[in-house]
Formats: sequence, C-alpha cells, structure tokens
Amino acid sequence: MDVFVPALTIFILALFVGFELISKVPPLLHTPLMSGANAISGITLVGTLITSGTQLTTLTTILGFTAVVMATANVVGGFLVTHRMLAMFRRKEQ
Amino acid sequence: MSLQLMNFFYLIASVLFILGLKYMSHPRTAVRGNLLGALGMLIAIVVTLMDRNIVSYQVIVAGLVVGGLIGAIMAYRAPMTAMPQVVAVFNGFGGGASALAVGAAFIEALKGSFFEEINVLFTSSVAIAGFIGGIAFTGSGVAFAKLQGLMKERPIILPYRHLINIALALICVALSVMFVMNPASSSATYWIMLAVACVLGITLVIPIGGADMPVVISLLNAYSGLAAAGHGWVLNNSVLIISGSLVGSAGFILTAVMCKAMNRSLTNVMFAGVGEIVASEAESKDVYAGRVKATSPEEVAMLLEGARRVVIVPGYGLAVAQAQYAIQDLTNYLESKGVEVEFAIHPVAGRMPGHMNVLLAEANIPYDKLKEMDEINPTFRQTDVVIVIGANDVVNPIARNVTDPSNPIAGMPILNVDEARSVVIVKRSLSPGFAGIANPLFAADNSLMLFGDAKKMAVALVAALKEA
Repeated sequence: MDVFVPALTIFILALFVGFELISKVPPLLHTPLMSGANAISGITLVGTLITSGTQLTTLTTILGFTAVVMATANVVGGFLVTHRMLAMFRRKEQ
Repeated sequence: MSLQLMNFFYLIASVLFILGLKYMSHPRTAVRGNLLGALGMLIAIVVTLMDRNIVSYQVIVAGLVVGGLIGAIMAYRAPMTAMPQVVAVFNGFGGGASALAVGAAFIEALKGSFFEEINVLFTSSVAIAGFIGGIAFTGSGVAFAKLQGLMKERPIILPYRHLINIALALICVALSVMFVMNPASSSATYWIMLAVACVLGITLVIPIGGADMPVVISLLNAYSGLAAAGHGWVLNNSVLIISGSLVGSAGFILTAVMCKAMNRSLTNVMFAGVGEIVASEAESKDVYAGRVKATSPEEVAMLLEGARRVVIVPGYGLAVAQAQYAIQDLTNYLESKGVEVEFAIHPVAGRMPGHMNVLLAEANIPYDKLKEMDEINPTFRQTDVVIVIGANDVVNPIARNVTDPSNPIAGMPILNVDEARSVVIVKRSLSPGFAGIANPLFAADNSLMLFGDAKKMAVALVAALKEA
C-alpha cells in the first residue's frame, strides 16, 4: 500500500490543476480544447507500449498490439486535428 | 535508463501538458499550446521505449505505424462539420486502448512480471480502468454512429432501461469484487466484466438524442481521461495519472457547462430520454395559425439594405447544410456595404461544445466577431436584422416561461433574438427542434420565415443583394 497515497496525491492535485486551467478556456475554443485534451488522454499509449513490448505470451502481444494501434491513432489523430482547427482561428485583418 | 531518470522525463512531459492546456485559453497562443502538448507526448513515448521491460520492438513499431497512419488519415480527411464524430472516435480509441492494456497488464502480472505479489490496489485499478474504458469505448462508438447518421439520432428507449443499466452496472461491480478479492485464479473474470461494461456503454448512450450529444461527448471524454488515470494506477506511472486527471477534469467541466446551457441536470440529460416526443400537430397549429409570414430572398435583401447592424445565429442546420462558406460571402458583402455583422453563438449550438466557432473559423470569419450568449444578448435591442440559420430551441422564447411544468426547456438560457427589429428565420419547414415543441418566435410580429436549405438561401440572399 506504500504507493497508494503518493499516487492519490498526484491524482487529486492534477484534478485541481486541470480544473483551474480548463475553466479559463473560452467557449470559442471548446472544440479544439476537447480534441486536444482527448489527444493527451492518448497518453495511455505509454502504458500500452510497456505491455506490448514485454512479450510474455502471444495473447498479451496481440492485445498489446491492438491497444498500441488504438492509442497511437488517438494521439496522432487528436493532435493533428486540433492543429488543423486551431490554425483556422484568426483575427480581423486591420 | 534508470527509473529515476525516466520519471524525471515523465515530469517534463506532464509540465508540457499543463502548459499546453494553459495556452489553450487564448486563440493567439492555442496553436503553441497544442504543439507543446504534442512535444510532451513525444518525450513520454521516447522515454518509455527505453523501458527495460521492453524486450522486443517489432510489435511496437508495427502498432505505432498502423495507428499513426489511421490517426493521420482520419485527422486530415475529416471535414470540419464532422468534428463531433471524429472526436468521438478518437475518444473511443483511447478508452478501448486503456481497457485492453490493463487487461494485458493483468495477465502479465498474474505471470509475475510486474510485482512479487498482486495487491488489492493493483486489481482494483485494473477493474476501474477496464470498467470506465469499456464504457468510453462502446459509448463513443454509439455516439459516432448517431452523429455520422449510421443510426437514428432520435433516442432509442428500451423497456426497463434503468433496471437494465443498474443490473449491468451491478454485474460489473460483482465481477470486479470477485477478481479483486481473488486475483490469483485467472483473468477471465476481467474480460467478462469488460464485455458487460461494453454493453453498458451502449445501453447508456442509445437513449440520448442528437442535440444532447455535446453533453455525452464531454462526459465520454472525461471517462477516457479517467481510464487513462486508472491505467496509471495500474502501472504506478505518474505521467499517466497526471494527464488522465487533467483530461478528466476538462471533460467534467465541459459537461457541467453544457448542462448549465440547457438548464438541465446531468441526470436528466443522461436518463430522461428527452427528444422522443414530437409536438402534436394541433399544438403547433395553435401557435402558428395564420400568423407565420413566409418571405423571399428579395424581401430579406431589402431589409438588409436598410440595416446598420445584423446578427447571425448559427445552429446545427448550418453544419448539416455545410453553409459556412455561403454565410462568409453574405457577411463579406454586408460588411462591404458598411453593415456591422456579428455572430451569436449559443453554448449548445451544434453537436459538441464550440462546434459553430470551428465552422465559422473555417470560413475565415475572424473570431472577434463570434460572440458568446451573455455578451451579445444585451445588444439585440440595437440590432436591425437577426438571421437565424438552422437553430430553433436556442432562440425559443418559451424558455422564459418557467412556471409551466410541461415546458421541456423552461429556464434554459436563450438568445433573445425576438428583441431585434426584425428576425429572419432560415429553415426548411415549421417542424419542431430537438425539444419537440413549437416555437412562437416563428409567429411573432417581427419575424419572417425564409423557407429552404441554409446554404441555398444564403447564396440566394447574396445574389438578391447584388441585384438590388
């Protein structure tokens, strides 16, 4: 149980940081915010890499491969589509 | 690479994610914010590839290449009108990946690869991440199917659906308790639990109608974040926990914002099955009888000629008709004649939070013209013409009638377009919006109905203006 409290601390503190940061994002940018945050949640890729690289059994390798494909699509697609959207927002030319 | 050094790089990645979200608070810095987030992700991935547990790279490289291609193709080919379903798909991928990966980690842990001994913290994290990830996976799938038009947008109401949902959730809890208490047996219980959670994801989302999708997508986004955080607990990995909870809070805040913009509780959005009832013909006739004035593009052009200030109210109909470029032409023409044009964006216009802003930005409309509800509402009294395009419930004055218990949108904050001198509503027919009720705005003295497709009518308006 010695890792429980440190992990919980990080989790709760990050929730507060997230709350403070996200509350400041204007509704104008809510769609890119959502797809950008979504890309960040693809961080689960880091976990899938470890799992699929250990290659203990064929089953975990197949599961790991599928998970890596899905998480990578989440990360790459998420950041790219967010970039595409954000690049379109411009001010009035003076 | 030592564990300490790895964790140090994970910390850098986490800081980059936080800075990236911070820069999202302004359109000037948002592009940089997204790039910082991507950089953080790259660092986290490269560092992870040096993990000493990884013995083979073939599978990883193959997965990265295939997944990268899928993601890139989807990101580049998707039209801006399809953003809600694209986000839903990526979200589902994230949730599904978490669910599969913790399952695989569970199998490996049973073989003794991670720990000396499997503890309750590990198995409960596996249970939670799998449960939430499974719901996010199939729930996003259903949301995608509805948004893409593969499934009817109207709610599908199963008999005893609350009982079914409760039963499914309880089965998941029971199965989870079984393998949390007795992990040594096998991982089969986990996979059964995951399958049940996947069914629950479907039954939770099918009763939710199209216009409530902004809430569902925000909520599923929060779920996939929490699933990632749960995955972090499983692997005891700080960067996963931090970014998972950042995304989780983003999803929950947006969910709350959307619910507030509809004046409904989350429970109501999730479980009430709103959108199934359609206004009775008789009721609509009562409201509209003989009072609706149809107009022509030429007549509206004349109105616009004499206007000094015009406000355009876009709704989901604009996205369906892909009318953003035609609206841009109309805006440019009016501005060249010295008319002040602004856009009034209701928080739940479209199928995801901020959907309309992206479409109008795509059509090169500067973002300083896109006004939030609270900012633009006081200005309608000084507005000569309001053009409502493909929006309905968000401009329905019935929402102000909070005393009528049968009013499904009572108290919902709306755009007060009826205060403008004239209101032109571009709409195919008098059919009710998502809330299923008639809109007295269409029959108001200062309202004119311009019946037709949003894009065709915007084009016709520009043509009529140029002729006049």
